[in-house]
Amino acid sequence: MVARVQIPQQAKRGEVIEVRIAIQHPMETGFRFDLLGRAIPKNVINNLSVRYNGAEVFRAELGSGIAANPYVQFCTVAEASGEFVFEWMDDAGQRGAERASITISG
Amino acid sequence: MLACSANAAEPQKPAPLKSGVEFTSEDVRKLQADDFANPGMLWVARGAKLWGEPAGSSGKSCAACHGDAAKSMRGVATRYPRVDPGAAKLVNLEGRINLCRERNQQAEPLKLESDELLALTAYVAYPSRGLPVAVAVDPQNRKNFERGRDLYFRRSGQMNMACTHCHDRNWGRQLLGDTISQGHGNGYPTYRLEWQTTGSLQRRIRACFFGLRAEMPPYGAQDLLDLELYLGWRASGLPIETPGVRR
Repeated sequence: MVARVQIPQQAKRGEVIEVRIAIQHPMETGFRFDLLGRAIPKNVINNLSVRYNGAEVFRAELGSGIAANPYVQFCTVAEASGEFVFEWMDDAGQRGAERASITISG
Repeated sequence: MLACSANAAEPQKPAPLKSGVEFTSEDVRKLQADDFANPGMLWVARGAKLWGEPAGSSGKSCAACHGDAAKSMRGVATRYPRVDPGAAKLVNLEGRINLCRERNQQAEPLKLESDELLALTAYVAYPSRGLPVAVAVDPQNRKNFERGRDLYFRRSGQMNMACTHCHDRNWGRQLLGDTISQGHGNGYPTYRLEWQTTGSLQRRIRACFFGLRAEMPPYGAQDLLDLELYLGWRASGLPIETPGVRR
């Protein structure tokens, strides 16, 4: 599973920063059939969480209404230098993770 | 039909040349322009990983020979499809990557339209972004070019239409909910929202055949390659947009 995350490398303390995540995933709805008429089992990323220095700052429960290759964007407040950890899991039990670090000045 | 044959003798490029992205909505244009939100960039990212991974019995990665793709692959995508001197046949960028795998990595060619091949192709084409397509007709590819041109002007399918009827005569006009484009391949491999994934120019051409209710040539068919060559010549001058985003 390929994923891309984007946060500013540097920010001022108290600044509102934008966090962006894009994950390559088919987000199979469970409503489709293959060429032989067999149902394709539902397989979507059902949970996505983001921790900032250990504290959860974002969590989303995604469903079959979300398009393939989900792209999520949210804002948070920059507090301390450290690491963002992005984790997600799909219905097939496959897990993915990405990390990004930020340096805070002032 | 007579009129078509006359056109076929002296094919005209549409004027002014307009990339397919100009016929899409503002949302799609913004999505393509945003290097993070553009979903095609996920394939470029995957391609970057594959570029560095050893493959085949040679144990060499792409990077082992070609180094930094941002430099070594710049401008390469503008010249394809072209006749490969070693193989003495017309190959597109996907085909060229597979030739390189066979010759230099001693690896199995990647399956056409597989995510891996699309990812590598997108990654190899990405450094050419912004450079103009430069496919020229030369003695080596003239036969292929003429076949592609003839196909472009030949009616087919239950709709009994040729490529030219939409993409030369009626571009810019509405076809149901969509605006007909000029039919250029400068953004491929492209992320199409309809597909919910990235696909090759051949996939897009097959979709056109489907729309005509014509038989779809299989991936890698000579007809598709020749058409790609004609389209490449026809799009020459337009900037490469890979990875493009289309409706």
